[in-house]
Amino acid sequence: MNDLARTLESIPAGDLLARADRADERAVRAVLAKEGRDLKDLAVLLSPAADRLFEEIAAASARLTAQRFGRTVLLYAPVYLSNECVNVCTYCGFRRDIDVRRATLGLAEIEEEIRYLAGQGFRHLLLVTGEHPKNVDLAYLEAAVRLARSLVPSVAIEVEPLDVEGYRRLIEAGIDGVTLYQETYDRDLYVRYHTHGPKKRFDWRLEAPSRAAEAGIRRVGIGALLGLADWRKETIRLAAHARWLLKYHWRTHVSISFPRIREAASHFAPPHPVSDRELARMVAALRLILRDAGLVLSTREGPGMRDGLARIGITQMSAGSRTEPGGYGRPDDAQKQFMVEDTRSPAEVAARLAALGFDPVWKDWEEALHG
Amino acid sequence: MKGETRLADATDLLVIAGRSFRSRLLIGTGKFPSLECMAKAVEASGSEIVTVSLRRAEKGAASGNILDHLDPSRVLILPNTSGARDAEEAIRLARLSRAGGLSDWIKLEVTPHPMHLLPDSMETLKAAEALVKEGFVVLPYIQADPVLARRLAEAGTATVMPLGSPIGSNRGLRTGDAIRLIIEEATVPVVVDAGLGAPSHAAAALEMGADAVLVNTAIATAEDPVAMAEAFRLGVEAGRRAFRAGVPSEKDRAEASSPLTGFLGRP
Repeated sequence: MNDLARTLESIPAGDLLARADRADERAVRAVLAKEGRDLKDLAVLLSPAADRLFEEIAAASARLTAQRFGRTVLLYAPVYLSNECVNVCTYCGFRRDIDVRRATLGLAEIEEEIRYLAGQGFRHLLLVTGEHPKNVDLAYLEAAVRLARSLVPSVAIEVEPLDVEGYRRLIEAGIDGVTLYQETYDRDLYVRYHTHGPKKRFDWRLEAPSRAAEAGIRRVGIGALLGLADWRKETIRLAAHARWLLKYHWRTHVSISFPRIREAASHFAPPHPVSDRELARMVAALRLILRDAGLVLSTREGPGMRDGLARIGITQMSAGSRTEPGGYGRPDDAQKQFMVEDTRSPAEVAARLAALGFDPVWKDWEEALHG
Repeated sequence: MKGETRLADATDLLVIAGRSFRSRLLIGTGKFPSLECMAKAVEASGSEIVTVSLRRAEKGAASGNILDHLDPSRVLILPNTSGARDAEEAIRLARLSRAGGLSDWIKLEVTPHPMHLLPDSMETLKAAEALVKEGFVVLPYIQADPVLARRLAEAGTATVMPLGSPIGSNRGLRTGDAIRLIIEEATVPVVVDAGLGAPSHAAAALEMGADAVLVNTAIATAEDPVAMAEAFRLGVEAGRRAFRAGVPSEKDRAEASSPLTGFLGRP
């Protein structure tokens, strides 16, 4: 176990929550009135008393978000490069023991996808793969990144955990962000959900954002797959992970995503389903603990939730997403990682954000910032 | 002294690198709910210097480009190096801006800490020295550090831009004592940048003798950004007029109204 893992293990999330469950509304308001908030305060914001005051909490979160980020939402699009995978993650539509059509895009196909997205207005892309050491190796990722960077200024990756050298090579190729979800911060549950393949290594994954930061990455995105474990405990550990990164990798910007389990080819029913209200409470509570963290929402959520959460604290959104390789050029529902709930076009999402009083930002990065 | 030469100047212009401006309010263009709203706020503010983040700008973009909403014949577009983590990146951004025909004026921001965006003094000085040598007009965003301000002015920057409090914090002139020292010793215009949350903060900065202020968050995130832009214009004007009129110092007010030494016999 590494230092980060030990730190996270040492956080008594259950105790913090049990104590916070006895909090009254006055205690919640005291937390709202505070300047610096800690994990104890976070537990209070996740308490039943806080649920009764959620409108006030949401308003505080909205105010803080406007102050730190302005009335803007950054738009990005995922590009699925491959759905080949050697892992078995019981919830995933790409798990290796499921019969979905597998594909890994060649460079010509990747270029087609990226040109399409750039034409829609996107300047920030997230390249996504499964884990397949043979067909999707580092050289493949480097080539894909270089190609993407020749067409848009900002490229991030969501791939398996790499070593520091791997991250260095991809930074050299042109990425400025790494997104990697721990899936669940509960070590025991993690082992049960990840039954086969290299992804079984909990600590290797947990430390990956730190390795990316060590390699010099500018932005890391972390998250828990919502539905795998108790949402309140996950929220506390997620916040602790973010705070760790901010403390030891102070040059790296940290974002948090809120992927909620949706129907996928795996037909997985989440054992700890997270309700709409709980998801909204999680967004607001994390904003109030991590005022400068990017909060990211994908098209796993429907239009109503996305519009609502943009007003509470979300600062980055994907739009018009396809979750299968080559899906922008040739949509194929049989290959998706998960179902997209928000099927609005990027232009429709942007127009709706504008109507809600947010500037949809397409470009917030510059070629010259790359080394 | 600097204040006296300004009082003698009937037209009271802000002069930066030989260029004159009537307005002493600089506006940042980030964080607004829309580019249209930003443009209206700029107009209401009366500002003649408007900062634009190079990372947000994109020439010829189909989807909303900040530059398309600003009229360069009415405002000086001042590109900033936001996002730069060190001198090298800031220098690259400045060169890109100049090569793109945008400007050889550059607001230098070097902020390696992506969360609170406080400036890196060492890298800022390094970048300023290099950019001045390359012929840029450099306006550096800095900590309220009087020694650093002198070092930058010696290096040839066009202004110094000390922060009033952390960016986006709306806390006002928390660094007032240090800014006062910077103003006292200044050989270049002092523009208070960052942290001004209300027109009264801007007025206080001008009353103190700052040459100008830069405001973004407080205007962009107000309920009515256009009205707030106008309020800041008035605050800046009020503060400037008060400064020129001679704000009574606290020392003046503490002086006893009848002479304390009157009981002493004359020699």
